[in-house]
Amino acid sequence: MAVLPLAYLAVRSFERGGGVVWDVLARTRTAELALRSLSLAVAVTAACLVLGVLGAWLVARSDLPGRRAFGVLLVLPLAVPSYVGGFTWISVAPGLTGFGGAFVVLTLVSYPYVLLPVAAALRTADPAVEEVARSLGRTSTQVFFSVTARQVRPAALAGGLLVALYVLSDFGAVSLMRYEAFTLGIYTSYRATFDRTPAAILGLVLVVLAVALTIGERRARGVVAHRGRRNPPTAPLGRARVPALAGSVVLVLLTLGVPVASLVWWLVAGTSTFSVADVVKTTGNTIAVSAFGALLTLLFALPVGILAARHRGRLVRGVELAGFAGHALPGITVGLALVFFGIRFAPALYQTVPMLAFAYAVLFLPLAVGAVRTGVAHAPPVLEDVSRSLGHGRWRTGLRVTVPLAAPGVLAGTALVFLTCAKELPATLLLRPTGVDTLATELWTRTEVAAYAAAAPYAAVLLVVAAIPALVLDRFLGGER
Amino acid sequence: MRRRARTVTLVAALLASTVTACSSANDLIIYSGRNEQLVGALLEQLEEAVGIDVEVRYGGSGEMAAQLLEEGQGTEADVFFSQDAGALGAVGEQGRLAELPADVLGMVPESYRAKDKRWVATSARARVIAYDPRVVGEGELPQAIEDVVDPKWKGKVGYAPTNGSWQAFVTSVRVLKGEDFAKDWLEKFAANEPKRFDNNISILKAVDEGQLPFGLINHYYWYASATEKGGEANMKAKLHRVGGGDPLALVNVAGAAVVQGSNQSEAAQKAVRFLLSEQAQRHFADQTAEYPANPAVRPGKHRLPPITDLQPPDIDLSKLSSLQETVKLLQEAGLS
Repeated sequence: MAVLPLAYLAVRSFERGGGVVWDVLARTRTAELALRSLSLAVAVTAACLVLGVLGAWLVARSDLPGRRAFGVLLVLPLAVPSYVGGFTWISVAPGLTGFGGAFVVLTLVSYPYVLLPVAAALRTADPAVEEVARSLGRTSTQVFFSVTARQVRPAALAGGLLVALYVLSDFGAVSLMRYEAFTLGIYTSYRATFDRTPAAILGLVLVVLAVALTIGERRARGVVAHRGRRNPPTAPLGRARVPALAGSVVLVLLTLGVPVASLVWWLVAGTSTFSVADVVKTTGNTIAVSAFGALLTLLFALPVGILAARHRGRLVRGVELAGFAGHALPGITVGLALVFFGIRFAPALYQTVPMLAFAYAVLFLPLAVGAVRTGVAHAPPVLEDVSRSLGHGRWRTGLRVTVPLAAPGVLAGTALVFLTCAKELPATLLLRPTGVDTLATELWTRTEVAAYAAAAPYAAVLLVVAAIPALVLDRFLGGER
Repeated sequence: MRRRARTVTLVAALLASTVTACSSANDLIIYSGRNEQLVGALLEQLEEAVGIDVEVRYGGSGEMAAQLLEEGQGTEADVFFSQDAGALGAVGEQGRLAELPADVLGMVPESYRAKDKRWVATSARARVIAYDPRVVGEGELPQAIEDVVDPKWKGKVGYAPTNGSWQAFVTSVRVLKGEDFAKDWLEKFAANEPKRFDNNISILKAVDEGQLPFGLINHYYWYASATEKGGEANMKAKLHRVGGGDPLALVNVAGAAVVQGSNQSEAAQKAVRFLLSEQAQRHFADQTAEYPANPAVRPGKHRLPPITDLQPPDIDLSKLSSLQETVKLLQEAGLS
């Protein structure tokens, strides 16, 4: 499945011979843009790791006032499409452009990629290890860095990888913030020179970068801590309570306050109008295609994630790696790959919801695989052995034992995929059934002609739709306590 | 657990089945790179003119061109309606557009249709100079591209570097005047410290509010702004049209074509003919303030000169797509 986009890119890259490939690769601009994208990815990932781990600890372990509310609010920025984030920031701070602008916008919309898995890991990690460290005389800070940080390292790095790949594949924010990144070359190919070959070659370069990042993450991942038998206690913040609360409030204001304030302003100041019936219908469409996409992605991610957590064979690594490559590609590339294969080999499914869901699965598989893998790794394999010894088969064991144990991680992954499907634009435009609009496509159509007042309700509903999985997630995880 | 999984699958399938499209081979399918907000109402009227059900798929023109090319002969599209000529040219070059009948082509002036007869312009937009008459006298205004880089305009010109029309303009400078001239001109332009803006709208706003002497924009923004302000008399900014085939007078078009191998080619031709009809051309002139491509239709609501009075540079509009080089040149001049 993940091989489809790669095969497509290879076909398009080499259709005019290797000479063209070399010409594109040898341009100094190609290397320059790759470097610019990589440096942005590194900076954003570092910032997201800090924000994500701190935020996760606060909502999962501390006695932060309003912890449950923050658990939802801090995840919601995931629902802000990078193009909306970019747009609202430009209107608030017109001077914020280039590297700084792209850095701020991408960090603020993607840190939850780290926060979600780390929060899940913190909620399930064995508190006994921390207690031992504390009983040996370590201070809280020392315990955090020597024990807790290690327990969440795999989850944090998995999230960090997703952030890095997301930054590599993003076009919306970087183009709005006028930072010339690698995807610009790809989009210029499609939009300005109407030549698919350079776009495909550059896509292959992105895949190589993604593979390198994925391998790097795997090297640094470390061993996953086992799940504890009881839930970790809440740590009192003490004097840090006020700054922690202030920090969380500021983060929510920056990530949600700015877009929401812009939406309100659009509604008040604009003259364009909208129809409630259309918004309702579009919302239904979005929930349906995103739910289908999320479930299909989960279906593919479960076997890959479980295998990746339990076995370390070469084949498994290869499969996981191929899945991650899809995530570094811009939606338009994956969309066109499925146009290419879909119309040739599955014309009956072309431009139907199942094919759109399939495209989502190719694009967002890593979001679910990472979560499933981390979740499964937390479940002690001994329980599976017990189930097997009781005569249950491999599949039955997987379904009855492994999946429920890994449920928090799996659920987090599915919620992530749902949110990401809901805001996906380029592949949706290419593969949706003709005439079916989603919140993202309606938002695009209106912002393109500067009909902001008409666009605002769609953006607002997108936030609300995204809040549903965030709430479910919090309830599920919080209910365990 | 298993039961829950089954329920979830069932619910998802039910949800997905509510999202149905009703397109069939008997419908006319239009791929529109033009925005639904601009042409949606018009394409609904088109259904009546064509006589069969019409399904419209919206997207970006460049992305749709790529999609049409990837779909190849399997495509269900019958008509491609594009925001710019470059996308039409790219699809036509690969043999994916059918020749249009002579009577359709004959509805527009020669420079507004493809030489290979595979697409026809439906409306046009012109590059203009928006100026503040309180600051700049009519006699002082640039008459050619060289005048814009005169040192007397230092810090007084506005432009929108990320705008597609600005880039098409620079491409036309390269194509018409050569690479060396373009490079030299851009360097002088950069040395004159032009003011950069996010888009055409903010340039026009700055001119109108007296913050900027003049800026390079597309003509229809002025008319849209005038409508919003309740009339052309309320506009402080004025438009200056350069003629004489100068790159400053560049005209770009939106256009339509019939897809090669369409199983509804007759209806598709009807659709293109409709887009050039009085009804559709009036829509472009009145609703989007574009120049009607059909010179028989005179703009009513907005005081636009007839398209035949424009003196645009002689340039193959579908060749405005050599942008890779343009982007490079802009970067070297520090203008990107």
